[in-house]
Amino acid sequence: MARYLASRLVSLLVSLAVASLVIFAVIEVIPGDTAAFMLGLNAQPDTVAALRAELGLDLPRSLRYLAWIGGMLTGDFGVSYTYRVPVAELISARLQVSLPLTLYALALSTAIAIPVGLIAAARRGRPADYAIMGVTQLGIAVPNFWFAMLLVALFAVTLRWFSAGGFPGWEAGLWAGLKALTLPAVALALPQASILARVMRSALIETLGQDYIRTARAKGLTEAQAIRAHAFRNALIPVMTILGLQFSFLLAGAIIIENVFFLPGLGRLIFQAITQRDLIVVESTVMLLVFAVILVTFLVDLAYAAIDPRLRR
Amino acid sequence: MLSIRDLSLEIAGTPILHGVSLDVAPGKVFGLVGESGSGKSMTALSVMRLLPQGARLRGRVSLGGTELTALDERQMCAVRGARVAMIFQEPMTALNPLRTIGEQVAETLVVHGAAPRGEAMRIAREKLDRVGLAADRFDLGRYPFELSGGQRQRVCIAMAIALRPAILIADEPTTALDVTTQAQILALLESLVREEGMGLMLITHDLAVVAGMADEVAVMREGRIVERGPTETLFRTRRHPYTRALLAASSHVPKRAALRSAGAPPVLEVEGAVRDYPLGRGAVFGARGHFRAVDGVSLAVGRGESVGLVGESGCGKSTLARAILGLEPLQVGAIRLEGAPVDAARGVPGALRAKMQVVFQDPFGSFNPRHRVARLVAEPFHLVGRPPDWRDRVAEALQAVGLKPADMEKFPHEFSGGQRQRIAIARAIVIRPRLVILDEAVSALDVSIRAQILELLADLQGRFGLSYLFISHDLAVVRAITDRVLVMRAGRIVEEGPTEAVFAAPRHGYTRQLLAATPRIPEDWLAEETRHGA
Repeated sequence: MARYLASRLVSLLVSLAVASLVIFAVIEVIPGDTAAFMLGLNAQPDTVAALRAELGLDLPRSLRYLAWIGGMLTGDFGVSYTYRVPVAELISARLQVSLPLTLYALALSTAIAIPVGLIAAARRGRPADYAIMGVTQLGIAVPNFWFAMLLVALFAVTLRWFSAGGFPGWEAGLWAGLKALTLPAVALALPQASILARVMRSALIETLGQDYIRTARAKGLTEAQAIRAHAFRNALIPVMTILGLQFSFLLAGAIIIENVFFLPGLGRLIFQAITQRDLIVVESTVMLLVFAVILVTFLVDLAYAAIDPRLRR
Repeated sequence: MLSIRDLSLEIAGTPILHGVSLDVAPGKVFGLVGESGSGKSMTALSVMRLLPQGARLRGRVSLGGTELTALDERQMCAVRGARVAMIFQEPMTALNPLRTIGEQVAETLVVHGAAPRGEAMRIAREKLDRVGLAADRFDLGRYPFELSGGQRQRVCIAMAIALRPAILIADEPTTALDVTTQAQILALLESLVREEGMGLMLITHDLAVVAGMADEVAVMREGRIVERGPTETLFRTRRHPYTRALLAASSHVPKRAALRSAGAPPVLEVEGAVRDYPLGRGAVFGARGHFRAVDGVSLAVGRGESVGLVGESGCGKSTLARAILGLEPLQVGAIRLEGAPVDAARGVPGALRAKMQVVFQDPFGSFNPRHRVARLVAEPFHLVGRPPDWRDRVAEALQAVGLKPADMEKFPHEFSGGQRQRIAIARAIVIRPRLVILDEAVSALDVSIRAQILELLADLQGRFGLSYLFISHDLAVVRAITDRVLVMRAGRIVEEGPTEAVFAAPRHGYTRQLLAATPRIPEDWLAEETRHGA
């Protein structure tokens, strides 16, 4: 176990180091001088030079890279060129929306997908299975913003159970915050749940074809008992992989849903930063997302080890 | 006791079994033999009622007075594992990899409500002891991946006997195991029958296994029992032509022309070959260990000669084969093919590779299913460039292995296992190699098909002057087709000599052990004059 953990940790650190270098290099080769851009077209060369010095842009690349990494490690992500506030503050404000939204959506999608996948696999080839496959096909095909609009039309406009958008902030209380995130989380969760349910179904069907399921049946287990005791945990392994990917996707990929519901999330922040050439914000959020992805991969690896004794030796 | 009467089975409209009747008595071994597809496993699964969807069963199956065919699925669950238990062929995959062996044995007791969990674990311990997995080495908390195939099969047996079922069905229980392990597992099963009064239905394709163990034997073919009787009588009389054919095929020795030209330089020479594999580090910064798969092996294969390489799984025979094929570098030693060095580290030129070809065990896995036979057989031509008459050469190779030139346009799935092995052989001989390595090339085949393939190999050897390196765990096959044999154990050659001499008077203890463990049909049972009507 210690060896597995150590090897996963080493791989995590190496991935982070490589990713940071790549991100830094890409930002470096993007044309356009940040200082010149901030000061506008009519800026004097000496003003630009002064701003470059202030921003540290005149230092050698290696030093700037180290300063960037050192800053991030101490929580100093630099100051946004356009907002003129520390990037760390910007990101943490947005994360307060995006992270709970992601977790909420993932929890919903898992809660829907696992039982649905189980039912479909247990009834494979029968009407319930066909119905589930049809519905999940639809869930994957229909874009999530369309669900979002339907949800708004039904629950916000007609039934008035939820507001149509906006986020009151967690200061308004946990309940108010969760309520505001419910419709977007459902809209995000439906396509993800459809994918996950299909993965769960096929993983479970594959597992049910394994020799050890036959052994379990020969011992006298009913099919339901065999699924519960032997197939379920084995089928979770591919499901964990997809869950990890979905987390990463939802964290930054919710931009359309954030726009539909007027949520101040991470996706919108990145979009705005890119359009405004606020490269320091782009650089930091991208690095943060990379960190989140790598961390989730690490957690998924740990989950594999928790499930599979062969990795724990 | 288990009694099957007029059992017929259809799956999705296809008839599988036709009026099968048999009895398994307590304390007795009933052997059910037949080739693949004969319906022997389906008979067992019909008793267990673990049939695929769309199966229709007719006839009667009674177990100690209970009519099993009248039971519903819930009632059957109470019977399975408690009154009739089953073990299967593939012990490597028969256990759930994520749960401990203790849990899996105890589960039999728990699902039948025979004992609460704690008590069930205690009984699981007893049962594991009973099957020879002692507590000091095989703790209940161990996982299947920590056990060998034979040990896993013991766990399966412990699981099956946990509730002392009246009947145990063993479906090819030792087919996937080495001979010495097979002998131990068979001895264990026999002791369970004799000591606990269990009835054993032993399903196997191996006539020698039933000859040594069964009290009564039934021979199955195409869903019917063609002959049934006490073991010795059945073997001695062989009333049914199919039984005769099966027995003849199992001991078939192909006629081979003596080709070996004395004094000629050998086709293949291996000198002091050593192949190490690095092991994972024990600790994060610990020293890396090595596993020596091949340890100082020297051998030579002469022109037109057949050399057998026998040994149990993990002895290094396949690693050696890969090294000879230039797929793995050696740490020490040299390999020469017709005098030219084969060195995987430096790359083997195509012209040299073209002089040796290989046929593997699995006739299903060794072809790309999307290519036609013509393309598959022509594959080795990429080593030397495809000649303009390549289609004729492919047709010729197909004819040489007993297929038709028209088969070129077919896909592999249109052929049976034996035919696919013929295609694999055609692929090997199409560029006229000097040496063909046959890596368990007949191990997956039924006896009658195996006899045909051995005959084909002997014929091709004479026609094309081929040298064979015949790698197998099956001593009977090696004895039938080789001139010389090498016995390999733990990376070393422990004994070497002319095949008949080694088999008749083995010198090394390990060879003797292997031969003793190999099941055999007593020779006087097969003597011609005892045959019915002869």
